[in-house]
Amino acid sequence: YPYVTGTSVVGVKYKDGILMASDMGASYGSTLRYKSVERMKPIGKHSLLGASGEISDFQEILRYLDELILYDNMWDDGNSLGPKEVHSYLTRVMYNRRNKFNPLWNSLVLGGVKNGKKYLGTVSMIGVHFEDNHVATGFGNHLARPILREEWREDLSYEDGVKLLEKCMRVLLYRDRSAVNKIQIAKITEEGVSISKPYSLRTFWEFNAFRNPTVGAEGSW
Amino acid sequence: MDTDAPHSMGTTIIGVTYNGGVVLGADSRTSTGVYVANRASDKITQLTDNVYVCRSGSAADSQIVSDYVRYFLHQHTIQLGQPATVKVAANLVRLLAYNNKNLLQTGLIVGGWDKYEGGKIYGIPLGGTIIEQPFAIGGSGSSYLYGFFDQAWKEGMTKDEAEQLVVKAVSLAIARDGASGGVVRTVIINSEGVTRNFYPGDKLPLWHEELEPQFSLLDIPSSPGPEPMNI
Repeated sequence: YPYVTGTSVVGVKYKDGILMASDMGASYGSTLRYKSVERMKPIGKHSLLGASGEISDFQEILRYLDELILYDNMWDDGNSLGPKEVHSYLTRVMYNRRNKFNPLWNSLVLGGVKNGKKYLGTVSMIGVHFEDNHVATGFGNHLARPILREEWREDLSYEDGVKLLEKCMRVLLYRDRSAVNKIQIAKITEEGVSISKPYSLRTFWEFNAFRNPTVGAEGSW
Repeated sequence: MDTDAPHSMGTTIIGVTYNGGVVLGADSRTSTGVYVANRASDKITQLTDNVYVCRSGSAADSQIVSDYVRYFLHQHTIQLGQPATVKVAANLVRLLAYNNKNLLQTGLIVGGWDKYEGGKIYGIPLGGTIIEQPFAIGGSGSSYLYGFFDQAWKEGMTKDEAEQLVVKAVSLAIARDGASGGVVRTVIINSEGVTRNFYPGDKLPLWHEELEPQFSLLDIPSSPGPEPMNI
């Protein structure tokens, strides 16, 4: 059913807010078809949404959220939707579609900071939702979260957070066949949302065992 | 559920931006199974004076989508009082493709020129995702062109460079994709207007293992028969 899909998104809470990372790839089956797709977008003033899964459904969700934020602004009452509210809205949307057997084929990561409170949550295409200190979608669940379980701390600095996310993204690049070497890291703090320029990660291949895998065991791989 | 989505879409379609506008290109083969139903079809269809769409996949689906979009754009142009923008045209295509994703089997490339953004290309694959790109390729023949474009594409080409690139690319895809063939049609859209070009099959460059067409066997001077086997 899904056609053009994005792979993992990884998010962590850090000292000043939330950090989220994803690559810029969108695959079409086994072809790495589009390599400059922004899969993380700011929502309102306080939140950031990252998505994996079908890109057309993600684009539609962005339109729904656009409308939601617009209505919120039209009230002009000084209040603005925070990450918790947006997450709740998304959960309802995803779960209702699932009940109609017509899901939006996405796994979403929603992060934000409002009034000093940090929020990081996830919603899947069947409506499963929860918050945590670190979340990931797709392969990220299997490859990134174990790393985060070991190395995440409450008081991560920005630099340490970025290094940690880069470590996760590098592992995903090595081991996820739909990963593409062009990533963005997004930061949300009380001041606002910023998404980095796209950049590529260095990879390491110079292990002796890589150079000579069959030494001592000719014919093996 | 087969997640390896690519479904044989008999066609090669290309859209390329250059400094000043866009060049759209396509082959001309429509096949029903193994039979070539139309060997000179026109897969580059007009939506407005300044926006065209390349169609691939199901012929019926792509035709009905472009008919609806042409109709809506016509009304939009009357209401707006000026030519529609490429973005609006592409979005209308996207809406039809996305909202009917369970029924439609068509991949489209929308390209055109408007006074606000200049030349733009929007790819709309199966599913209804919309992606703005400096160049887009689609159809079954496009599988053979990913590597070619990775190497040959450059930013800021001239109109002639862009058109030559498109003709070369479609011709390479035709050489290898059974579902693409016939002639290469190109449409160039810029501030000055629209130019349609036609490159018949026998004028295209020859690639590996292809031979120069001959009038007849009888024209080839007879060569001595094959030597008996010399061991």
